[in-house]
Amino acid sequence: MRKVTMTVNGKSVSAEAEGRTLLVEFLREGLGLTGTHVGCDTSQCGACVVHVDGRAVKSCSIFALEAEGAEVRTIEGMANEDGSLSPIQKAFQDHHGLQCGFCTPGMVMSAAALLAETPKPTEAEVRHHLEGNLCRCTGYHNIVKAIMAASGQEMQVAAE
Amino acid sequence: MYAFELERPETVAAAVELLKGDDEAMPLGGGQTLIPTLKARLAQPSVLVSLGAIGELRGVRLDEAGHLCIGAGETHAGVARQAAAHYPALAALAGQIGDPAVRNRGTLGGSLANNDPSACYPAAVLGSGAVVVTNTREIAADEFFQGMFTTDLEEGEIITEVRFPIPQAASYRKFAQPASRFALTGVFVARFADAVRVAVTGASEDGVFRWEEAEAALARDFSPEALAGVSVPADGMIGDLHGTPEYRAHLVGVMAARAVAAAR
Ligand SMILES: Cc1cc2nc3c(=O)[nH]c(=O)nc-3n(C[C@H](O)[C@H](O)[C@H](O)COP(=O)(O)OP(=O)(O)OC[C@H]3O[C@@H](n4cnc5c(N)ncnc54)[C@H](O)[C@@H]3O)c2cc1C
Ligand code: FES
Ligand code: FES
Repeated sequence: MRKVTMTVNGKSVSAEAEGRTLLVEFLREGLGLTGTHVGCDTSQCGACVVHVDGRAVKSCSIFALEAEGAEVRTIEGMANEDGSLSPIQKAFQDHHGLQCGFCTPGMVMSAAALLAETPKPTEAEVRHHLEGNLCRCTGYHNIVKAIMAASGQEMQVAAE
Repeated sequence: MYAFELERPETVAAAVELLKGDDEAMPLGGGQTLIPTLKARLAQPSVLVSLGAIGELRGVRLDEAGHLCIGAGETHAGVARQAAAHYPALAALAGQIGDPAVRNRGTLGGSLANNDPSACYPAAVLGSGAVVVTNTREIAADEFFQGMFTTDLEEGEIITEVRFPIPQAASYRKFAQPASRFALTGVFVARFADAVRVAVTGASEDGVFRWEEAEAALARDFSPEALAGVSVPADGMIGDLHGTPEYRAHLVGVMAARAVAAAR
C-alpha cells in the first residue's frame, strides 16, 4: 500500500492504494464516487471515462498511483455550482440521449473532452469521437443530437 | 490481477536500474495493452516500472539529419498533434489508433514493444525504415520486428525514441476490424528519393512485413495501377472469424493501392 494524493473534482484527496488498484476502484470504492461506471473492465466500453489533467481516459485502464498529483474530474464534478445540470447534461436530458443511463457518465465525459477541443464539431466528428463509448440502448442518434445541441448547434428536440 | 508494486521513476536511468535488479519486473507504458493482460492474469510481474513520469521520453523534434524523433513515451494523441506539420501520414496513423481515450494513454514505445500483429505503428516504423532507439543501442526497423508479439528487445531494455526519416510522400490505409479498431489489414506506403517502402500489418501470421514485390513495382511507377500485376499469396496469412487468409491477401492489394492513391 502506498499513499496517493490527487485532486478530484477540485478537492484534494489522499488515500492508500495498492499497486494494482485501478483509478476507477479508487474513485468508486475509496471515495464513494459511484457515478463512474464499469461496463466491461476490458477497455472497450468507455462507461468509465473520466478526465485526468483535462484528457479523457478509461479509468479502468490506469492505476490510481499513476494519477499521483493529477487533476481528476468525474461525472460528479460536471453539474453547475448550484447543483443544476450543466449544458451537456441538460442536452442529454432534452434530447433523450439516455435510456438506462449506464453509459451516460462516460458519454458526458467524452463529450466534454470533445467540446473543450472542438467547440463546434460536425456530426461526423461527434460520431468518430464516440468510437470508444458503447451504448446498448439508444442507438446513438439522440446522443449525437444532444452533443450537437450542447455545442450550440441547432437541433430539433426529440419531444416536448 | 495478481498483486505487484508500482514504481514511478523520473529518469530512464532509474527505470533501467529498477528493471535490472529484478527479472520479474516489467515496464508499464500507457497500460492499454498491459492492464487488460494483467486483468486476465496472463502476466505476473513483481514490479511494474511505470514510464509515465519520465519527461525525457516525451516530445517530438527534428534532429540535424532531418529525422523526426519521437519519444517512446509520447501518446498516440500527442503524436497525432505534434507530428502533423512534419510527417502528416504518421500523424494521421496515430490519430486513427483505437479511440480518443486509448490515444490519450497508449504510447509509441508500448505499441512497438508489444508488436501486436494487427497494430498500426509497426507498419509506419517498418514502412519508413525508422530506427528504434533503446537505452543501450539503435535497432533498424528491418531487424526490430521478429514475428508476432516478438521483437529484438532484450529483457529490461527500454525503447527511448524512434527516429523516422521523412519520405517525400506517404500514406497509411487501414481496414479497421469494426469491433476492436485494430487493423484487419493495414498498409503503409512511403516514397523516398531513392526507394519505395511498403509495410503490411494485420495480415501475416509472422506479423508486420515488407511487401517487396510491390516496392519494386512502385519504384518503377508510383501509381495504384502499377500494383495491378502483383499480389501476395494467401499462404501464411491470418485466418480468423473476421476474415480468411484469401480475404486478407486480397485486402493487402486493395489497401496498398488506396495508400498509393492517397500518398502526400
Ligand atoms: C480499445 C482499444 C483499441 C485499440 N486499437 C488499436 C489500433 O487500432 N491500433 C493499434 O495499433 N493499437 C490499438 N490498441 C493498442 C494500443 O495502441 C496500445 O496503447 C498499445 O498497443 C500499447 O501501448 P501502451 O503504451 O499502452 O503499452 P503497455 O500496455 O503499457 O505495454 C505493452 C507492452 O510493452 C512494454 N513496454 C511499454 N513501453 C515500453 C518501452 N518504452 N520500452 C520497452 N517496453 C515497453 C510493456 O512492458 C508491455 O509488455 C488498442 C487498444 C485498446 C484498448
Ligand atoms: S469499464 Fe472501462 S472501458 Fe469499459
Ligand atoms: S443508455 Fe443504456 S447503455 Fe446507453
